[in-house]
Amino acid sequence: MDNVFYSLHDFMVCTKSLTYILMGLGVLGLLGYWIFLTGRDDNIRKF
Amino acid sequence: MKRRTFLSFLGVSGVAAVLPTEGKAAPVKDFAGHPDAVGVLHDSVRCIGCRKCEAGCQRANNLPMPAQFKKPAKPFDDLSELDKKRRTHFQQYTVVNKYESSKGKTVFKKFQCNHCQEPACASACFVKAFVKTKEGPVIYKPNLCVGCRYCMIACPFYVPTYDYDSALNPLVYKCTMCYDTRLKKGLLPGCVEICPKDALTFGKRSDLIKVARKRIMDNPGLYVDEIYGETEMGGANWLYISPVAHKELDQPELGKTSAPELTSGALGSVAMVAGIWPVLLGGAYFISKRREKQAAEERDAAVRAAVAETREEAETRLNTALDKAAKEKDAEVAREVKKTREETAREIEAKYNPPEPEPEEADAETEKNTEEDA
Amino acid sequence: MSAENKTADNIHNRKIVINPGRLFSSPGNVLTAVILAMGLFITVMRFTKGLGGVTNLDDNYPWGIWISFDLLCGVVLAAGGYATTSAYYLFGLKSFNTAVRPAVTSAFLGYAFVVFALHYDVGQPWRLVYPIFYSPGATSVLYEVGLCVFLYVSVLAVEWSVAAFEWLGWKSIRAVIVRLTIPLTVLGVILSTMHQSSLGALYLIAPSKMHPLWYSSFIPVFFFISSMFAGMSMVIFEGALAHKGLHAEMDEHHLRDADKVVLGFGKAASIVMMGYFFIKLFGLAMDNNWKYLASGYGLWYLVEIFGFVLLPSFMYAIGAREKKTGLIRLAACITVIGVVVNRFNVSLVAFNWQLPPAEKYFPHWMEIGLSIFVVTLIVTAYRVICYYMPVLREHPDYEAH
Repeated sequence: MDNVFYSLHDFMVCTKSLTYILMGLGVLGLLGYWIFLTGRDDNIRKF
Repeated sequence: MKRRTFLSFLGVSGVAAVLPTEGKAAPVKDFAGHPDAVGVLHDSVRCIGCRKCEAGCQRANNLPMPAQFKKPAKPFDDLSELDKKRRTHFQQYTVVNKYESSKGKTVFKKFQCNHCQEPACASACFVKAFVKTKEGPVIYKPNLCVGCRYCMIACPFYVPTYDYDSALNPLVYKCTMCYDTRLKKGLLPGCVEICPKDALTFGKRSDLIKVARKRIMDNPGLYVDEIYGETEMGGANWLYISPVAHKELDQPELGKTSAPELTSGALGSVAMVAGIWPVLLGGAYFISKRREKQAAEERDAAVRAAVAETREEAETRLNTALDKAAKEKDAEVAREVKKTREETAREIEAKYNPPEPEPEEADAETEKNTEEDA
Repeated sequence: MSAENKTADNIHNRKIVINPGRLFSSPGNVLTAVILAMGLFITVMRFTKGLGGVTNLDDNYPWGIWISFDLLCGVVLAAGGYATTSAYYLFGLKSFNTAVRPAVTSAFLGYAFVVFALHYDVGQPWRLVYPIFYSPGATSVLYEVGLCVFLYVSVLAVEWSVAAFEWLGWKSIRAVIVRLTIPLTVLGVILSTMHQSSLGALYLIAPSKMHPLWYSSFIPVFFFISSMFAGMSMVIFEGALAHKGLHAEMDEHHLRDADKVVLGFGKAASIVMMGYFFIKLFGLAMDNNWKYLASGYGLWYLVEIFGFVLLPSFMYAIGAREKKTGLIRLAACITVIGVVVNRFNVSLVAFNWQLPPAEKYFPHWMEIGLSIFVVTLIVTAYRVICYYMPVLREHPDYEAH
């Protein structure tokens, strides 16, 4: 994060790569969180 | 990472998340390009259209004689080629075109890759096959290229060319500013070295801009006061000065907004969708399931209520009927009792007071006596 | 019930029989055979003579109809997959039950063949794995398109596989996948939103090459919203075709509910198209592009907006109000044509509009031939799948989804 970016393109190569990885983790994380949140709504208690 | 840095990073990313374009948090002028980047200045006042630069480029890149439009190529000193409007080709990285200007002059412009500060080709390439080197030139990596040709769509100058006739290894071709072949060896690019009129000047981009400005200032009226490539699409490393308006030399009229800036909004929205859609869609699913459950519960409750109501009604009716029956039975019993009593009384009467065959008056008296006795 | 399943001619357990004699048994089959042969010929030419030998592409027009039709139209017309699954599973609209499997099947085939056709268009298709697994260019909108399409084809394959597993009788695998329905549907809508809009965003990078009436910073929104009604219209359109050509494969439930689907999507498409009309209008206003309407291009733009968006929107509305399914089906045809017109307008009419006529592009016959070949493969695959698998009918062993 500390190296200087000389162009917007270089900046975006770095930031977008990280963002895509975070997006993947985010979608999976949200799914997991959803399952956690609605875990007791059904009759069969799993946790 | 220090805590303060981390927090400020969070703050910036929070702000950036709210704004529609990413680059806004750090405007383009904060990205000034590499300070030592080199470039070339082309001067259309000095250029005589001799086409020696085309030949120099050919030699420097070991290119065969170009066969554009599937016709045999004309030698480089054949100036009748200038009567055609040519573009770059996979076997010809640079061309000189001739323009008859509005001022009555014949002006020449050399056209090749402009080695942009924010190259659209690099922004567009989905395998990072184009790289803006820190030295300045934009180079191409043939071992990565998939051949999608999006770089050719993206380049506002129509520079990149493709070898459509190769079945097994078609590639993109364009000027490299002789990066590998000459710059690395400390030599000038092939076109710059061979130019007899110093129409091409090689140097640091920042210096070239000063040179161009000075030339324009020192020759009032000779040049149009505009350096083409200074700001176009974020600026280029190949700069042009000209005696006539640049658009007369087929220089595309472009805004300042660079390719990465043009697409950063759309790319940013994609990230927003990835975070927000799961919430909205999950919510929609939850709400529709809830509605279904509530509808089912209401239905059940209605059914139960209806059943209960029916039962209650039935019970009431039953009770009423039972009551009625009971009452009727009582009444009937009472009637029967009364009837029986009357019958019995009559029988007794008949037994103990047999009717005499007497005149009517005596009967009437007897009846009256009987009534009194009962 | 189980005794029925064991008989040889039970339609739910058909075994695959390849009978070359049937290839020429009907005019339809002969035509298909001819097209497949042509496709094989073009394939050989493509990989021996290169793109130059089979296309009219050049350095000014690096993208031709294989992008405009096979990619842009192919993807937008397969949008029925996410539209139908989200309507049924997420928004709880039960009347679309019978439309889910056909829509998922045609979406899966649509996307699979987009990827197939892409292997002809890119110069080195064996390197198509590079952007995903080797050297991702994350700044590129095309990277986003590629990644999303790759993931979405996988999602569709899994969603579709339920029908295949029912036919094969693989109950436990099927059960596992059925449990994934909701997350897969949500992921499908997310991925679809992203790549449908990004296909439009591809053109954001070249404003100087695009006619102002079709260039807007809102192209991604326009492409996404139009994908919604394109998908719904294709479900109606394909349903009408299936009724004619695949009637025998449909069960009572499908036949009975067909009109419900038509009316439901007709009503939905009508309002979405009206919204789309307005956002196009707002875009014009925000970019102050009114003056461009007074030109040849302007006239063509108005034809696209009024003839292929507003008109079918009204037809859908009247059809939905008066319960006229015939009118809705006609509106669906016009809408589908209109979306194709729009994608061609953006990629081939508005793009390079300033080039002189002599330098403009017209496809080579082999480019057209390949596109026809790909569509034929999709239709053939669809027919085969519907013959064997419970797409247009329910499998008795499994409870209705």
